[in-house]
Amino acid sequence: MTSKTVLHAKHLEAGAKMVDFHGWEMPINYGSQIEEHNAVRTDAGMFDVSHMTIVDVIGDDAKAFLRKLVANDVAKLTKPGKALYTGMLNEQGGVIDDLIIYFFTETNYRLVVNSATREKDLAHIANVSAGFAVEVTERPEYAMIAVQGPNAKAKTASILDDAQNAEVEGMKPFFGVQAGDLFIATTGYTGEDGYEIVVHNDGAADLWQKLLDAGVAPAGLGARDTLRLEAGMNLYGLDMDESVSPLAANMAWTIAWEPADRDFIGRDVLVQQRADKSTDKLVGLVLETKGVLRGGSKVIVEGGEGVITSGTFSPTLGFSVALARVPRSTGDTAQVEMRKKLVDVKVVKPCFVRNGKAII
Amino acid sequence: MSNIPSELKYAPSHEWVRAEGDGTYTVGITEHAQELLGDMVFVELPDVDDEVDAGEDCAVAESVKAASDIYAPITGTIVAVNEDLEDAPETVNNDAYGDGWLFRVKASDVSELENLLDAEGYANTIDED
Repeated sequence: MTSKTVLHAKHLEAGAKMVDFHGWEMPINYGSQIEEHNAVRTDAGMFDVSHMTIVDVIGDDAKAFLRKLVANDVAKLTKPGKALYTGMLNEQGGVIDDLIIYFFTETNYRLVVNSATREKDLAHIANVSAGFAVEVTERPEYAMIAVQGPNAKAKTASILDDAQNAEVEGMKPFFGVQAGDLFIATTGYTGEDGYEIVVHNDGAADLWQKLLDAGVAPAGLGARDTLRLEAGMNLYGLDMDESVSPLAANMAWTIAWEPADRDFIGRDVLVQQRADKSTDKLVGLVLETKGVLRGGSKVIVEGGEGVITSGTFSPTLGFSVALARVPRSTGDTAQVEMRKKLVDVKVVKPCFVRNGKAII
Repeated sequence: MSNIPSELKYAPSHEWVRAEGDGTYTVGITEHAQELLGDMVFVELPDVDDEVDAGEDCAVAESVKAASDIYAPITGTIVAVNEDLEDAPETVNNDAYGDGWLFRVKASDVSELENLLDAEGYANTIDED
């Protein structure tokens, strides 16, 4: 039995091809994944991300609890609305999930975690929160729409009221604000400007229709994947999981090492891995000839081998790119096993496109 | 149900075949196949003058989703390939039975055509998918 978001009927209305995505019936595309991708890179597109799990953490110990729970340090957050990307780790230093944390006050935070990992995340959060004075509340009564692209903010502004526009005016990247009945954040998963908007289930279809009327193109999970991959953003379950250290997943920047006495879960293992330089690393691969790099393919490098964690055709670049976990010693080139042949690829930093432009 | 023109012959592996009346046969992939594959990004075609056997993989359609082998539906010699697909692979999505054709074969044994499915037969195979 699959779950449906409150926008399900709107997807069918827009001609979506629906697929089962970890138990949710979600749009894979509305006709052409590539056209949807290009709409986000050149104009504005929107994604139903209501399947994602919103969890509010409120209480006297909220800050202390989150400083234990995640690898980044919420003590860095001082401006109300500021967001932080990080991972929840297990005791072995593997990634249980990646998430965004919004700070409102030191006793009030909002977490957004993945849908595919919802149950284990909630169990882990409940487990760790025992002993802290916090209340953890899932918010299934909210839907979420991501509006992304160079014209996303302007098109969204055209459907907000004056008070809401005043709230979001000049908001910096990676902030969120309650604007009337909407929670509007300058976050996303595409490498473009835009918003992620949390809206009550009762108002979601209406908001979707207004955005559609304002010229925002519906975009499905297919485009979401090619956009995030071009932007070098990890997808949980592919680019990292519980067996992978954040140091091997291009997530070192989401770990706060200082203060050294903050005892977050997984810290001891990570400190050792960092000192020993013992983990693999996540790199970008580029194939400028015909063919598409695919997840799971073997990557052969000097003195070892690695694996493509996710690969795709990049509509923006016109050739294939991939993320791969490879030995630390990997240089500027590698070979990938594709359809029984070895193909030469370039090794680059794991980020290919930002704000509509190639950066490789 | 996707479009399955009644004047064409079909292979169960989702190729269509059109008799051109001069002993040559044009081959493409069906509307259903392009729907399954999604947006096409590369098409690799055989070379003109290549000899192909019925059932031999002789081309590749690579979409955002997967790379898929295309099989020669009949034995013969490749007499033409659709070079326009090099720059516009999406034509296979947009016009699977027309401008999205892949290659043309001069049949060496026309009796092989009898092994292919008619529209109804092909429709039945995709019902079972």
